[in-house]
Formats: sequence, structure tokens, C-alpha cells
Amino acid sequence: MTPAPGVWTITRRSLAKDLRLEWRSKDAINSMLFFALLVVVIFSFGFDPTAEESRRIAGGLLWVAILFATVVALNQTWTRELRNQVLDAYRLSPAPPQALFLAKSLGNFLFVAILEVLMVPLFVVFYNLRSVGPVWQLLVVAVLATWALVVNGTFFAALSIRTRSREIMLPLILFPISIPALLAMVDATTSILTGESSPVFWIRLLTVYDLVFTTVCLILFEPVLNAE
Amino acid sequence: MKPLFNILIVCTALLVGYGFCQAMFIAPTEATMGDVQRIFYYHLPSAWVAFLLFFVNFLASCWYLIRRGKGADALALAAAEVGVVYCSIVLITGPIWARPIWGIWWTWDARLTSTLVLWLIYVSYLVLRHYAIGGQVPVLAAALGIFGFVDVPIVYMAIRWFRTQHPQPVIAGGEGSGLDHRMWVAVLWNLLAFSMLALVYVIVRYRQALEVQEIEEAHAHAALDLEEAQ
Amino acid sequence: MNATSQPTLAVSVRDVVRHFGRFAALRGITADFAPGKLYVLLGENGAGKSTLLRIIAGLLAPTRGSVRVLGASNIREVATRFGYMGHAPLLYDEMSAMENLEYFAALYGICSRERCAEAIRTVGLDPALERRVGQYSQGMRQRISLARAIVHSPELLFLDEPFSNVDLRSARQMTTLLAGMRDRGRTIFVVTHQAALMEPVADECVVLDAGRLVAREKGIPARLLTPYPAQERAPVPADAEARR
Repeated sequence: MTPAPGVWTITRRSLAKDLRLEWRSKDAINSMLFFALLVVVIFSFGFDPTAEESRRIAGGLLWVAILFATVVALNQTWTRELRNQVLDAYRLSPAPPQALFLAKSLGNFLFVAILEVLMVPLFVVFYNLRSVGPVWQLLVVAVLATWALVVNGTFFAALSIRTRSREIMLPLILFPISIPALLAMVDATTSILTGESSPVFWIRLLTVYDLVFTTVCLILFEPVLNAE
Repeated sequence: MKPLFNILIVCTALLVGYGFCQAMFIAPTEATMGDVQRIFYYHLPSAWVAFLLFFVNFLASCWYLIRRGKGADALALAAAEVGVVYCSIVLITGPIWARPIWGIWWTWDARLTSTLVLWLIYVSYLVLRHYAIGGQVPVLAAALGIFGFVDVPIVYMAIRWFRTQHPQPVIAGGEGSGLDHRMWVAVLWNLLAFSMLALVYVIVRYRQALEVQEIEEAHAHAALDLEEAQ
Repeated sequence: MNATSQPTLAVSVRDVVRHFGRFAALRGITADFAPGKLYVLLGENGAGKSTLLRIIAGLLAPTRGSVRVLGASNIREVATRFGYMGHAPLLYDEMSAMENLEYFAALYGICSRERCAEAIRTVGLDPALERRVGQYSQGMRQRISLARAIVHSPELLFLDEPFSNVDLRSARQMTTLLAGMRDRGRTIFVVTHQAALMEPVADECVVLDAGRLVAREKGIPARLLTPYPAQERAPVPADAEARR
């Protein structure tokens, strides 16, 4: 009898499987990349600032734009598993549910990171942005902020599987809880871009947010997965 | 139980009445803001009661996930609903107060903003309860209830820091901004009155939620028995 | 009952009731199932067969009552020892058979490609086939679904409508396969409408009606073999009558 498989093994294999599936179908990534581009362009039409103003509001605009693109990405997190009731196969196996959750979250993280790699340069170009503060700090904020959105988003996507109006339910329950993280990511970005204040408190807040909610998600995923 | 509950209702009515007297007549008029400031005696206690109710929701949600008792789920629902109502009171009394004093409806003050986020979180909780399908709604709702409450301290920290970075006019009181002793007395009486009122509402709503569950079970049992009789 | 003095029951169901809202899908099922046999669950649509199987497999919680599988009250403890094949294929359409099997085998801690290939060969398909499962015929897809359910060599197997929309040849092959597994000591539960197909190999049949267990017999008796009642012949069209 083989022993129950470890969390990291399953996470790795599930992530590899998801990446392979996504590479083959290119379902989500193509449409999301285009959606991300559209969002950036429309925001640019909506807000037409001078160079000085742009540094103040670019943080907010960028993260709101990323938030919308992220929701589109998150909504398809579990669609493949639902298609042929594959989730049942997972629930039946001895594999730990936390591994599935981690794999999905990491997959979503990579997705959104790809979107950000597209959107950020576009923002820089359209708004003629130049950062006063160090760029490595922006990277730290980006990593923490993206994980904050993705970890809760993956969990709430699993919650909304068992609801009517699935696509609207996800942003509806995700946005309120993400408000402190959103505040942190916007203000940290703005303070780095303008160089006017220190982002350290916000970085600490994002770290606490990430740690707390990753733990809560891991603990609560099993009952939610098995809620039928 | 019934007579005890009736006594509770009478006591609560008396307390609310006394609290009203305290707020409207006994407490002194505020120096700069005048009588408009009296809305504070409803604004602040409502905020604290709402917070308390959301804490009850958190405990009930945790208890439900551990023990899966129907009572825990009914309590979570009742606490969330009444909490949202009290939250709404805070959000309505805030602008009513702010408008005559500062000429603006909304000041993004720390407490008001935090309460708004709290309101959004628990309204989304109620929406999830409404839209979820199947017998496992309580599990999903309990999960969201826990998420929501865990977020609360982070919300308060974030908004507090944000406000110190970007100061705005503060709706006075509660942060140790030098309240007169008699005003504190009025606040505390109203806090007690509102807590009792919240308790009455929660008990009523809790019983109603349990009865709804019992009716569903009775229907299901009737379906079973019908087959037996045939 | 002393666990060491007699073999553990494969499955033990006690007073299982399941409601969906106000609808009672199962109205108090109590049954014991000894290991090493092939059980066929029969009944009309809506009788509760699939619901019962899902409850036994741990996918659905009973409203009341309890289930013990392989001696454990929590089926997660024996997850490596049973397999389940559902209505839906439980497979990824965009991957090939081997890729699917390798992934699902990994969930059971099995890393051997040879075992996956063996499972695919056992159900009569070619492991080297690169075609994606989504492009398979229904018969092939059901067979791969069965391969997924047996890749970890479970001693207990639950199959929910394994022959739905499957061609006769595939269905007969699967039946022979199941009988072979039973002969080697596996316990198998099959929910199906096609009693005639299972008749040669069934050890016991369990009949459910409107959520109750109404009959339990050796083999499958003749009266249960006809899937449709005799009076339901296709109605003769009115103009055909006139033409005669």
C-alpha cells in the first residue's frame, strides 16, 4: 500500500497539469491578455493626466485595472474541474485538498503575473511614468499584492461554484474583503512612485494580510471543497 | 422561556426610553456643534453593537464548522442580519451629522470608512447566503463569516494608517477626544439599551431561523411517513 | 461483532436517510455487504441508486444514518483502497489517456508509468494512443474512466452507470473484466439500468424503489431482467392504421 502522497508532490503535479492544460487550450490566457490590454487603453481614455498628476493616480489606476483582469482570470479557475466532475475524483483520492488549493493559487498567481508583465509597461508608456522611489520596492509590493488577490480569489471562486450567478458572486464576495489589501497596494505604489512617503507600513500590512489569509484559506478549503 | 423573554422586552423598552432621555435631555449640549451632536449617542453605540454582533457571527461560524449544529448556523444568520442593520444606522447617522457641521455628506473619517467596509463585507455574506444553492449553504456562509471577521482588524489598521497619511475632518468622539463625563454616561446608557435591543432582535430572528429549519425537516419527515402509510 | 473472528464487512449501511430540500431521496436504507462479491443495484430512475452510491463513496453526506466502508467510519481513512466511477467521466478532455492516468495515479501516490499503462491495457485500450480523451467515443471514454478507477488496484469498486451510451462490445468487455476482478477477491458495486448485461456475472442484486430497499436476491431473477414494462410498446401512428 503506497503511503498517502505529500502536499508538495501533489501541488507540483497539479500545477504542472494545469500549466500543460492551459498551454494546450490557451483558453483563458489569450482572452485575458486582450482584456488586460483593453482595460489599460480604456482607463487611459478615461483619465488623461499630466506627468505630475499621473504619478499620484497611476498606482490606483494600475491596481484597479489589474483587479478587474484578475477577476476574469479567477472566474475560470475551476471550470475545467467542473466540466467532467473531475473534482469528485480529487475528493475521492487520499490527496490533501490543501495541495489542490495551493496548486490552483500558484497557477492563478502565474497567470496574473503574466498579465501584470503586459499591463505595467503599457501603463508606464501611456502615462509617461517614472518612479522616484526604488523599483525593487515596487516588485515586492507587486508580489505581495498579487498573492493577496489571488489567494482569496481562488478560495472564493471555489465558494461560488455552489451558487447561482457564479460569475458575479466571485467579485461580490472578493472585493469587500480585499479592500485593506487594495488600499495597501495602491498607497504603497503611489508612495514609491512619488517618493513622498515610506511604503514600509503598507508592505508590512500586505505581508500580514497574505500570511493570515493564506492560513485561513488552507484551513477552510477542505470543508468548502466537500460541501455538496 | 416566554415570560423571561417578555421581561427582557419590557426591560429593553425601558432602557431604550431612558437612553433617549439621557441623549436628548440629560446630556449637556455640545459647545461647538450644538444639538446636532446628540446623534452621536446613536452613532457610536450602534457601531460598537454592530461590531459585537459580527463577533458573535464569527464565533457561531467557527462553532458551526466544528460541530455542524443547526443552532450555530441560525445564530450566525441572525447576528449577521441584525449587525448589518446596526451598521446601516451608523452609515446613515454619520452623514446626517456631518452635513450640518462640515457641509459635506461624507468625510472618509476612519471609523465611518471602516464601518462602510464592515457593512460591505457582511452584506456580501448575506448575499452569499441568499444565492448559494444546496444543503451546504451554512458551510459556505460560515467560511465567509470567518474570512470577514478575520479581515476586520486589518481593515481598521489599514484605514487608520491611511487617515494619518491623508488627514480629513474627524467626526468627533470615541478616540479619547475629550468627552464630557456626562456625555460618556449618556453613551454608556445608550450602549446598554442598544445591546439589549440587539439581543431581543437576535433572539427573535434566531428562533425564526430555527423554525424555518424545523418546518423543512417536518416536510421531509412527512414525505417519509407518507410512503410508510401507503 | 468481533472484528478479528470474522472478515470485516466491505460496506455496512445503517438507517441512511437523505433529503434534498423536501424531497426524500433515501428513506432509511439498512444493509450489509460481504466482501468478494459483485452487487448490482437496480431500480427505476429516481429510486436513489446513485445517491446511495455517492453516500457510500463519501461524496455526499447522509442526512441521517451512518456508513462504514472496510471497517472505517470515515472513508478518507481507506481512500487508497476503493475506486469510484461516476456518471461523468472524471477525466480531463484535453489530455491523453496516459496523461490522465498518470495524474490521477499520482493523487494516490503512484508514480509508475507501467502501472498506468497496465490499467489502460486492462480495459482494452492502447496506452500509446496520443489522442485527447475529449475526442474519444463514449465507449472508449467509459473504459478510460474505469481504468482511472482501478489504477491504484483498489479492493472495493463503485461504478455508477458504467455502460451508459456504451456499445455492446465495450460493455461486454467491461463486464468480463469486472467478473475477473471479482474472482480475484475484489468487491464491486454496479448501478445500472442494464440488468441483462450483468445477469451472467452478478452475485446479488439489490433493488431500490422510491428510496427504499425493496428486494435483495441472489443473482438477478428473470422478472428484473426486462428494463421496460411489457405494455410500453411504441404507439402505432393513426395514419398507419388507416393504411392497413
